[in-house]
Order: sequence, then structure tokens, then C-alpha cells
Amino acid sequence: MDKVKISLIVNGEKVERDIEPRLLLTDFLREELFLTGTHVGCEHGVCGACTILLNGEAVRGCLMLAVQADGATIETVESLVGEDGQLNPLQQAFTDCHSLQCGFCTPGFLMTLTQFTKENPNPSEEEIREAISGNLCRCTGYANIVKAVKQVTHQTL
Amino acid sequence: MKPSKFKYLKPSSVEEALTYLEEYGDDCKIISGGQSLIPVLNMRLSTPEFLIDVSGIKELNYIREEDGYIAIGALTRHVEVENSQLIKEKCPLLIDAIKWVGHKQIRNRGTIGGSIAHGDPSAELPCVLTTLRGEIVIASVDEEEVVGPEDFFLTYLLTALQTNQLVKEVRFPIMTQGERVGHSFVEVARRHGDFGLAIAAAVIGLDNQGLIQKAQLAVGGVNPVPLVVEEAEELLIGKKVSEALLKEVAELTSDCVDPEGDLHGSADYRRELIGTLLKRAIEEATARAWEGEEKVG
Repeated sequence: MDKVKISLIVNGEKVERDIEPRLLLTDFLREELFLTGTHVGCEHGVCGACTILLNGEAVRGCLMLAVQADGATIETVESLVGEDGQLNPLQQAFTDCHSLQCGFCTPGFLMTLTQFTKENPNPSEEEIREAISGNLCRCTGYANIVKAVKQVTHQTL
Repeated sequence: MKPSKFKYLKPSSVEEALTYLEEYGDDCKIISGGQSLIPVLNMRLSTPEFLIDVSGIKELNYIREEDGYIAIGALTRHVEVENSQLIKEKCPLLIDAIKWVGHKQIRNRGTIGGSIAHGDPSAELPCVLTTLRGEIVIASVDEEEVVGPEDFFLTYLLTALQTNQLVKEVRFPIMTQGERVGHSFVEVARRHGDFGLAIAAAVIGLDNQGLIQKAQLAVGGVNPVPLVVEEAEELLIGKKVSEALLKEVAELTSDCVDPEGDLHGSADYRRELIGTLLKRAIEEATARAWEGEEKVG
């Protein structure tokens, strides 16, 4: 199998690897870089568990080949936590509001909301719900996730 | 759920891509955003020998006004259309529709050309293109041609695109400005962002007395291809919108479609639904035309 060299920046670090072109970006992150925070759910773009930031924009990691990320800047859920292990405000809000139970979907929600809260510092509830419509959560329901977004955007609950 | 092996080609110009297509067309798939193709590859419903990644072709990423239409390069992403001031002013129906395309994460990657070339009859963009009588520019090594949606969309997920051809540009006619023209796009999906069960789009132009002088109506998701509801368009001309008239439109729309039923909705439900949706679209477009919303632009 012909391998292809790719070079990209992942969570601030330059990464170079020779990979098979058919390798999905999610599998590249998990199995080549051991960044297992990015979860693999449905593998056909429905559940949103694999959401990462590609050049600052939320995209589905399973709907992209790693080779297509050549030259890109990627951030995964591992980029959110501070150097001292401190949760960032969005993560803290998820903890405070009990926005996760099993946690499988959480990395996808966090990355989706990282872009969203950056672009929408004062969102309405409707906008929040629209923003998370592409992510599935089967445990907590969405009410507590909406609550966390309100907390992090300093809105009264 | 992993793609099978393929050889990966990454052209950096249209010319190079077309040369690859000429050579490998029968055994290849074109990828850019991959929002429809990657699931198909993951499930191995398609196992191409070559994958031609056109996402690096910068010359196909543009939105510009040309003679009477907005030209959108095939590799322009949905999010770029969604945020375009030019399209908001000149082709607002497209803005209304594009918000229904998948979710934000999908629109951040998916391209206009990909959506058109995929030919899904329940997709939003083919329906808008059909409503507005837009055009698709397709190219091969030897020639370039411009085709209308009625000749391009053949049936479910099948278009007139030959194996050596590439969608280069999609042209959406500029919606008439400075007149009493209104538009509406309505869709029913099980959840926001899901595939539409049925979609309807309308552009309505009124004269000073409120009589309809222009009607462009199309529906999607209820036929193998997006469908212009010609009978309804003709019926509306010269008339004033009334409950009785809209009821007639709804009935004849339901009669002229041939939906398939599935887990999400039966064929009968979709047939009934599409009549109601087109009725709502006409009502909203008419109200907007009367308010002259489009004039603001």
C-alpha cells in the first residue's frame, strides 16, 4: 500500500506521519497519535462524538480522511484542559451542571461548543439548541448541556 | 466501517483533475468535503480504485455576481454561502434553504458542487436550483457545457454527469429586486438537520393590485428528482391568493408527485404533506412580497 506523508499541527504541536490514504482522521488521532479523547461513535456522520476543530471550525472527524488534513491545524478535546490539569470554563460548566453521565458524547459536544461559544458570546436558548443539534447524547438529555452553555456565557439560568 | 483501499490523487488545478478523470473515470470517485461520500466509503457501498481529492483546487472556490446570476464555484463550502452578504442580497431563497443542510459541522465541510453532484432528491440545494431555474457548469478535458437541473438530475442519486466530467460551477439566478417579490423555503424533517421528508420552495411576484404575476414553485423529497410544479405555477398567474386557490394548488401538487415511503414517513403521508408545505410556502412568499421585504436587500 502506498503511504502518503502528511504534516499538520495537532493541539499546537507539529506532527508528521506516513499514513495510508484510507485512514480516517478520527483513527489517525486515536491510533497514530494516541489522542483517544476523540470518540468514534457511528462512523457515518450522525452522532457527532468525533467532532474536532479543523482550522478553528467544528467538523466531524469520521467524515474526513487524515490525508485531507495535510497542512491543517487541528484541535481535539485534549487541547481544552490547562497545563496544570485545570478544566477550562466550558468543561467546568459541564461538571457543575451535570451535563454528562457516561461521557461518551462529551468530547464532541465540547468541541462543537468551543467554536459556538467563541462565535456567539451571548446566545439564545434556541441558538444553543440549534448549535448542539448535530450531537447525540443518550444519557442526560440536553437540558443540562444547554444549562452549561448558559453558565459559561454568563447568563442567568 | 472503514474505507477499502484506494489510490489517492490530489490535483491542484481543474485541468489536472480532468486529466485524471479522463484516465481513471470509470474506477474513481471525486471527493472534496466528503460529507456524503465518506459514509458511503465507510460502509463500503462504494469501493473505488482511485479517489481524486479536488479539495485543493483553489480556483473553484468563489461566489461572484455575473450576468443575471450568482456564480458559485463547485468547491465553495455551505458555510461560505451561508455567510455571504452577496447571496443574502441577491438570492435570499438560497440562504433560507442552506440553513436546513445538515448541521453546522456538516456545512463547515460540505461543498455546493458536491451537494449538486450527489443528486439526492431530498436535498435542499437541488430543490432551490430547480425552483430558480439555475444552471450547472460541467467540464471534461474536451469541452465545457451548461445544463439545467431538469436535464442534470436523472433519478435518485443519479445525474447526467459522465465519468470524465466534473461539476465546476453552479449558477443561481438573481431574484428580481425592486419589485414586489417574495420567497419561502419550508421543510419537514424528523429532527432539525435530518434528511427532509418533504421540502417546498416558492418565489412569488405580485403586481400593484396584489395579483400574482410571477410564480416559481418546486418540491423535493417526494419524487426521484426535484420537481417544478408547473401546473400550480400556471394556475396562480393573474390571480389573487385565496384559501380556495391554495387548496387547489395543494391538491394538484399532491396528485403530481410520486413519493416513496420509508421508516420515517409513509408515501401517503408525504403526498399529503407536500401539498400542505407548498401551500405554506406560497402563503409566506406572498406575504413577504406584499410587505416588499425583498426590496430592502
